[in-house]
Amino acid sequence: MTTTTSTSAAPRGGSRGRFAEMITWKRYDRPPWMEKPHPLTRGAKAIILIAIVIAIGYPFLLVLGTSLAGQKELNAGGGYVLLPHHPTLEAYRVVLAGGVVTRATFVSLGVTAVGTGLSLICTVMLAYGLSRTGSFLHKPILMLVLGTFLFSPGMIPVYLTVEKLNLLNSYASLILPVLLNAFNIIVVRAFFQGIPEELHEAARLDGAGELRVLTRIVLPLSKAPIAVVGLFYAVSYWNSFFNAVLYMKDSSKMPLQVVLRSYVLQGQSMNAKALGVSVLPPSTSLQMAVLVLAIIPIVIAYPFVQKYFAKGVLTGAIKG
Amino acid sequence: MAQSAAPRASRPPLRVRFRRDRTLLFLCLPGVLYFVLFCYIPLAGNIVAFQDYAPFLGFSGSPWTGMTNFVQLMQQADFWSAVVNTLEIAAIQLVLYFPAPIALALLLNSLVSERVKKSIQTVVYLPHFLSWVVVVAMFQQVLGGAGTLTGFLENHGLQTGNIMADPSLFKLLITSQSIWKDTGWGTIIFLASIASVPTDLYESAAMDGAGPWRRIWHVTLPGIRPVIIMLLIMRLGDVLTVGFEQIILQRDAVGADASEVIDTYVYYHGVINGDWGMSTAAGLMKGIIGFALILSANKLAHRFGESGIYR
Repeated sequence: MTTTTSTSAAPRGGSRGRFAEMITWKRYDRPPWMEKPHPLTRGAKAIILIAIVIAIGYPFLLVLGTSLAGQKELNAGGGYVLLPHHPTLEAYRVVLAGGVVTRATFVSLGVTAVGTGLSLICTVMLAYGLSRTGSFLHKPILMLVLGTFLFSPGMIPVYLTVEKLNLLNSYASLILPVLLNAFNIIVVRAFFQGIPEELHEAARLDGAGELRVLTRIVLPLSKAPIAVVGLFYAVSYWNSFFNAVLYMKDSSKMPLQVVLRSYVLQGQSMNAKALGVSVLPPSTSLQMAVLVLAIIPIVIAYPFVQKYFAKGVLTGAIKG
Repeated sequence: MAQSAAPRASRPPLRVRFRRDRTLLFLCLPGVLYFVLFCYIPLAGNIVAFQDYAPFLGFSGSPWTGMTNFVQLMQQADFWSAVVNTLEIAAIQLVLYFPAPIALALLLNSLVSERVKKSIQTVVYLPHFLSWVVVVAMFQQVLGGAGTLTGFLENHGLQTGNIMADPSLFKLLITSQSIWKDTGWGTIIFLASIASVPTDLYESAAMDGAGPWRRIWHVTLPGIRPVIIMLLIMRLGDVLTVGFEQIILQRDAVGADASEVIDTYVYYHGVINGDWGMSTAAGLMKGIIGFALILSANKLAHRFGESGIYR
């Protein structure tokens, strides 16, 4: 920390100072019995890690750069641009002008918002209802939930059930058949069970019923697991592609992932009329703009919940 | 706590317990309704496999045909081709994709700097949250016929053609996509289990002259063996499920011969061609084999002295 004063005084010396600080800090972190790795090992490790980061980061940058590029730059770059010199939002303006892509984006946003809300409410209710060992019917209901780990009913019977319930071609068919996930319920339940019994007893002595205990005491303490499970649900609704193909008949009700598939993977050309504009930017830019639209919500939500991942995944793994 | 500890005989009568826990039961209601409606009723709906199902006749009106659907299924050459493809993909994934997170977790664990480790974790977890449509689209921009890597190699005298439309490379392609998407995410559980290996074991191994590789082999890997076995069992029970959406998305590019797996077979023959009975029979067989596999793998784990996933 003391090096910060020297940083402002002399930038070059300062950066060297910070570097030295990093090294000292590193040395403290290494346990005394651990030998310093061979320079070749260190080099190999660095190369592998850099390769991994590039393999993941490069496609993201390529897609983003191309979505922001104009025709001239695309021609010069052989169809793709990593870092456009004159970025333009033209492609986004066009796909969001009110045509097919805009509608699909709203469908996806709506299904994700309503679905995640419903899923979270039902998950919390069921997880709390199952969190008291020894309560009436606790065992059979828990078995009912855990049983779904061992079998899956199969695509056709689920499809026929959805058809029998008259849900085909409705937005509900994108939500109800995947409303709950046993894994998520077990994660939340495990967390609820970790809340000290004394808190429950104190609340009950004050005359609070189960509902009050849940909303006033348990929920405020459970922000972390609810954030993670909420993210899991939201991501699966946002990313869901096949359920729409299976259950939706109306092409105007399709979510963004299906539209992305037809434009980018199946090469369906985007015409100006469907997009609701008169002049089109380069088609690669348009395709990449749709691709970016499909990624953006995830990249925005990611940093907020990332710190809870390990906790969420592990609770489920151990208890399940 | 006191309730569960009390002996069975002194439990209050059902009516009292129902009144006492009715709020909890009410909270369970929507969830129970969901599992009954969309898991257990469809499970019973598998009776279609023994019927000549016609949508307008329904479950109760369709004629029973006994095992006819299964017999017919066994005679389909394309069903067997789907089974072979499924097993091949499962084998390739078991060899290439399953160990990848273990290797990456060991590598991440060997990093001394917390800061570097955290930043790399942030990057490698991200692809897990992308949809298959996005992943396949991204791969296409890089490896497809007009992709950047394909173009780069072509400019340097290496004609690869369109890797994503080459049937002979399809199984490796989808495995590499799975590795790209989920290796990072898979490290979470291994990293946590590595962290729970007692540090003094490493210390004494180092004292005895074990270098970094030998410490991995003799301390870390035995320490995380139960987790590896548990995940292997879970994978084994799921061995016939090999990436449905991913394959549906790329089936047109390489054709059914190279890409049809059991799940896609069920979809195309059932939902698309309306052969409900036979495709349900295929799905049901897959389910029963998976169920049997998970039970026997768990038994096997007990034989080896591991706890498996349940007792």
